Amino acid sequence: MIAAANDTLVPRVPVGDWIETAIDWVTDTFDPLFDAIKTFFETIYDGLDWVLSTPPFFVVAIVLAAIAFWAKGWKLGIGSLVGFVLIAAMDQWDNAMDSLALVLLASAVALVIGIPLGIWAARNEHVSRVVRPILDFMQTMPAFVYLIPTVVIFLTGPVPGIIATIVFALAPGVRFTELGIRQVDAEVVEAGRAFGSTDRRILRQIQIPLAMPTIMAGVNQVIMLALSMVVISGMVGAGGLGGDVVGALSSVDIALGFEAGLAVVFLAIYLDRVTSALADRSPVAKALKAAR
Amino acid sequence: MTGDSSTTTTPAEAPGVTPAVSVRGVYKVFGPKPGEAVRRLEAGASRDEVKNLGTAAVIDATFDVAPGEIFVVMGLSGSGKSTLIRMLNGLWAPSAGDVLLGDANLATVDGKRLRQLRRSRVSMVFQHFALLPHRTVLDNAAYPLEIQGVGKAERQEKAQQALDMVGLSGWQDSLPSQLSGGMRQRVGLARALAADTDVLLMDEAFSALDPLIRSEMQEQLLELQEKLGKTIIFITHDLNEAMHLGDRIAVMRDGRIVQIGTAEQILSDPANSYVEKFVADVDRSRVLTASSVMQRPRLTVPAGGGPRQAAREMRDAEVSGAFAVDRRRVLKGLVRADDAVRATKDGVEKLEGIIDTDVTSVHQDTPLAELFAPAAESAVPLAVVDDEGRLVGVVPRVTLLEAMAGESVENGNVSTPEKTQQQAQEGPADGEPAGTTEGAPA
Repeated sequence: MIAAANDTLVPRVPVGDWIETAIDWVTDTFDPLFDAIKTFFETIYDGLDWVLSTPPFFVVAIVLAAIAFWAKGWKLGIGSLVGFVLIAAMDQWDNAMDSLALVLLASAVALVIGIPLGIWAARNEHVSRVVRPILDFMQTMPAFVYLIPTVVIFLTGPVPGIIATIVFALAPGVRFTELGIRQVDAEVVEAGRAFGSTDRRILRQIQIPLAMPTIMAGVNQVIMLALSMVVISGMVGAGGLGGDVVGALSSVDIALGFEAGLAVVFLAIYLDRVTSALADRSPVAKALKAAR
Repeated sequence: MTGDSSTTTTPAEAPGVTPAVSVRGVYKVFGPKPGEAVRRLEAGASRDEVKNLGTAAVIDATFDVAPGEIFVVMGLSGSGKSTLIRMLNGLWAPSAGDVLLGDANLATVDGKRLRQLRRSRVSMVFQHFALLPHRTVLDNAAYPLEIQGVGKAERQEKAQQALDMVGLSGWQDSLPSQLSGGMRQRVGLARALAADTDVLLMDEAFSALDPLIRSEMQEQLLELQEKLGKTIIFITHDLNEAMHLGDRIAVMRDGRIVQIGTAEQILSDPANSYVEKFVADVDRSRVLTASSVMQRPRLTVPAGGGPRQAAREMRDAEVSGAFAVDRRRVLKGLVRADDAVRATKDGVEKLEGIIDTDVTSVHQDTPLAELFAPAAESAVPLAVVDDEGRLVGVVPRVTLLEAMAGESVENGNVSTPEKTQQQAQEGPADGEPAGTTEGAPA
């Protein structure tokens, strides 16, 4: 009844059809471009994956644990090592490295786009006003919806997963960077100008260093979102841990599901702790800590 | 409204001297239509009448600052003083009018030349210090030199000299967060001095500091100024500070400069009821009485005690005499050190016998003018007492003379803790280190 009432009161607006048509058109028109993008990402992903997967697992595990040790301390180093050994013991090591490669690549691209965009938005009110609703859209749209057009454009494999992950994880990089730069004490920026510094130099010597703790929090968020997208991109054959999770779901394989899931958890904790520790190592964060 | 610039402007310098900073008919309107707002203001509209065109922060400001002068712009918050000072180094561009820094007009120069002028001609000290938290004190002080393109060794040497000048030797490797507020502002000052510009802008530079540190910084600034002879434009909302520091003071209200003059001129001849009301509060506190120039006695001895104790205390405090008070601090008289020593030798147990009760004391509310006769008669500092005869302070003769002369004397001991804030800010009392309070009775 209600549906019928809606039919008569409000005409059906085929938004979905329009978007589909638009995406079809985009796919046809920019096919060579998308091919190039696909090749580009595939090459980098394969390279990164090769680096992580080719050496024996304990070499990679020790290197990753060493990074944790350097960033934070021996506790995190040992904890990381235990986590990685457990991942290997659950026979999820190769999957985990596939996923890690995907997360690192997608996060890096998201940050390369997001941080400059955040800086631009912080310095330009118009840009900020345009960017904000787009980010809202990107963050609230259910994540796997991104997979549909990316699959249409890039077919299956890791690339649609990477692209969807970039889009999904982009927002906090932009937001935190903009926030961080805007929060920099206006008087300190003024001091830079008052002593004759150029805008570029103020950005480099004052705004970015002072915003760095906040930007690093954004980096952390980007990586976390990218990791959460990894599972979803398993749906489109991106492989890795997501592939096993999706496979376990379709075959109701509790054991496999939890093993892959736990590997995601270990990876998440590792990436979160290491990036937070890196945030604490920025000069401004250290300087503020020195006061206590 | 625009025609009264002649009454609000009293350039102190002789006609031939080129002003270091010259502000001519400057307006600053924030808002959608600044040009239209300026036209309306020039035609006599009030600040409220142009509200819908924009916020008029500065209206028709005109003044000259002579080289080596301390020019204070005083006003309450929202009076436009911060906007005004930010037009003197081009942080804000004026909506109309000219800002001349020597021969350069900041209103018309391009960005590159403006940066050049900021590097070479004008530096700034900020209210909240505006230091770079991740840089050491030395690197903060060297920052302007870094911008100027000075090599590392040379800029660190110059920055170190500036730090030495403000009394921060030995702190160069600390981070700003490890310093107290007063020390941070010294870094801010050292940074501005390291830039070695002729013009120094100080935006509420001492307002964030607590009163005691603030008066210390004021003394230090005056001391440095004596050596360096910079042209200083100092913004403050504190009339006491303005009076103490300023060679001339511009009083701002609602974006307009309502009076420019020396402290005396503003006190004795306020341009309008606003200035009069403004200074009235301060004026009452500045009606100089014994209590406003007195200093804390360096040492008092209990009248009920013995000569041995009194002698030792005077020796420790390195004074040759002290006022004796009873338990309620009521003044009993003066004890001389040599009397106390002699009494000790003679085995006298009580101090009472050697207290000289013939001491001139004055009430704390006695006007300064009435202190001269008793001071002339008395060989020792005047004792200042309250209604109940309790000793509240002392007025050495030197202090009194300085107070009347109304000028501060070179004072090597800026951080004398005994000084009260009021004394330090009033200026007259600051020449006398409290150590001489109990001067040697002749």
